Amino acid sequence: MSTPTLTRSEQVAAGTRIAGTPTDDRVRLRRLGPGRRVPGGILLGPVLLLAGWVVGSATGLLDERTLSAPWTVLETARELWADGRLQDGLVTSATRAALGLGLGVAVGLVLAVVAGLFRLGEAVIDGPVQVKRSIPSLALIPLLILWFGIGEEMKVCTIALGVLVPIYIHTHHGLRGIDSRYAELAETIGLGRLAFLRQVVVPGALPGFLLGLRFAVTSALLALVVVEQVNATSGIGYMITLASSYGQTDVIVVGLVVYAVLGLAADGAVRLIGRKALTWRRTLES
Amino acid sequence: MRPAVEVEALHRSFNRTGGVLHGLDLRIGAGEFVALIGRSGSGKSTLLRALAGLDRGVDGHGRVRVPAKVSMVFQDSRLLPWKRVLDNVVLGLDGRDARERGRRALAEVGLAGREKAWPHQLSGGEAQRAALARSLVRDPELLLADEPFGALDALTRLNMHTLLRELCERHRPAVLLVTHDVDEAIVLADRVIVLDDGVVQSDVRVELGSRRDPADAGFAALRRRLLGALGVDVDEDGLVHDPDPDDLAHDRPDRSRGTDRKTDRTTGRTTGREGA
Repeated sequence: MSTPTLTRSEQVAAGTRIAGTPTDDRVRLRRLGPGRRVPGGILLGPVLLLAGWVVGSATGLLDERTLSAPWTVLETARELWADGRLQDGLVTSATRAALGLGLGVAVGLVLAVVAGLFRLGEAVIDGPVQVKRSIPSLALIPLLILWFGIGEEMKVCTIALGVLVPIYIHTHHGLRGIDSRYAELAETIGLGRLAFLRQVVVPGALPGFLLGLRFAVTSALLALVVVEQVNATSGIGYMITLASSYGQTDVIVVGLVVYAVLGLAADGAVRLIGRKALTWRRTLES
Repeated sequence: MRPAVEVEALHRSFNRTGGVLHGLDLRIGAGEFVALIGRSGSGKSTLLRALAGLDRGVDGHGRVRVPAKVSMVFQDSRLLPWKRVLDNVVLGLDGRDARERGRRALAEVGLAGREKAWPHQLSGGEAQRAALARSLVRDPELLLADEPFGALDALTRLNMHTLLRELCERHRPAVLLVTHDVDEAIVLADRVIVLDDGVVQSDVRVELGSRRDPADAGFAALRRRLLGALGVDVDEDGLVHDPDPDDLAHDRPDRSRGTDRKTDRTTGRTTGREGA
């Protein structure tokens, strides 16, 4: 009989799966989440990309003048490291990015908290931040050069301005998303303003802030690249610009790889902080 | 002795669309357990929020006097999800012994050993126990509870009744418990107040001793009386009589059929035709 109403023994005879046996598919099919964490999952994509590069260069699919082979890049990196240019550039660039990031995060955070907790603050702050949001950092550079000159202040300020926006937007959003019932609870147990800020507002807005931080790190590196291509006399970007005029593809690639590593490391650090700081959450992430 | 809570001629209303409390008077003695029942919209929660000082921005006048130390338990546990259980219990307390007191309060509600759990790891009943501990650790002179067991299953609710009675006998705060469940009110309270249309409609002392059995004749009589005060007609066997719609329209023009469902909810598990 070919109807689905087979007896248990018939099913066994036909080799079909029976509920309760270890080969039951249904439990697995019912999971709608993204599933288990892949060990070292975050590195999988970059490793595949790298493998493609290696294969392309080895087979000659990638011309040496278009994109240097990974081993050429490694060799160049070793040479640059040996004569000290790579470290110098790296330290200069990383310092710029870190200073700009720190300044931007601090300012964005304060603005978000003030705008989130006070109606007047929101009325004053929100508009200008949205205006800034629609002006690319690159467009502000001429003005900042007039104000600060072409030194480090200009570069740090440009980066900070780029960082401020995502920090503000996501923190503000996270803060406004805090359940108002928690504010009610805080009132019934008599929490003061400062304690409310520390115990309820800050932890409640933390998920939003950390998301903003991830965007901010990317913004900082983007702005770093921009300011280093304009009027820089040091840093990774300067190294790249110089290499470009001499046609040194390998040096350019070294610079790009350094940017990539910086970005990946920073994003990884933020994710790690997030996972440690948000253990209380029960989401698809964990 | 001066009562713990004094409310005189309390009026409260929202957006001018009719008042919620119309000159309500209420006194609760120190250590007295008062249950507040009433249909939806009778003003129970408004009264509770007025006592908790949570009704800023609500129109009204009247006199409210409450003790200095007031704690509130909500229908949801309202534990901060980003704080571990113990940190939730001692939230806002300072002093060196705060954590020790918090630990003792948790042990008292039967949650010893769960201090480091996250709120999302607790069951509904456990979360509500933690919320009780958060209230008790503050040594309240007045405990306000807004349907604290409303979201719990029947078995957990029975356990919570026993726990709450024990805790109140030990700590002796004045209690005002809002509930939809008449049996819960009778089991727990020294006095049951029925609120209707913003005023106290009945104020009944529960004189059943400390062992209160729903199967008891006195219990059933009191239940009948309270349900009657809520507008539900119950006979000797606890059966609800289908109110004649015409009769209802004659006697109580304000109670149309739409409120019948709410009345059913108010009577909770004591009613229901299948319960006979």
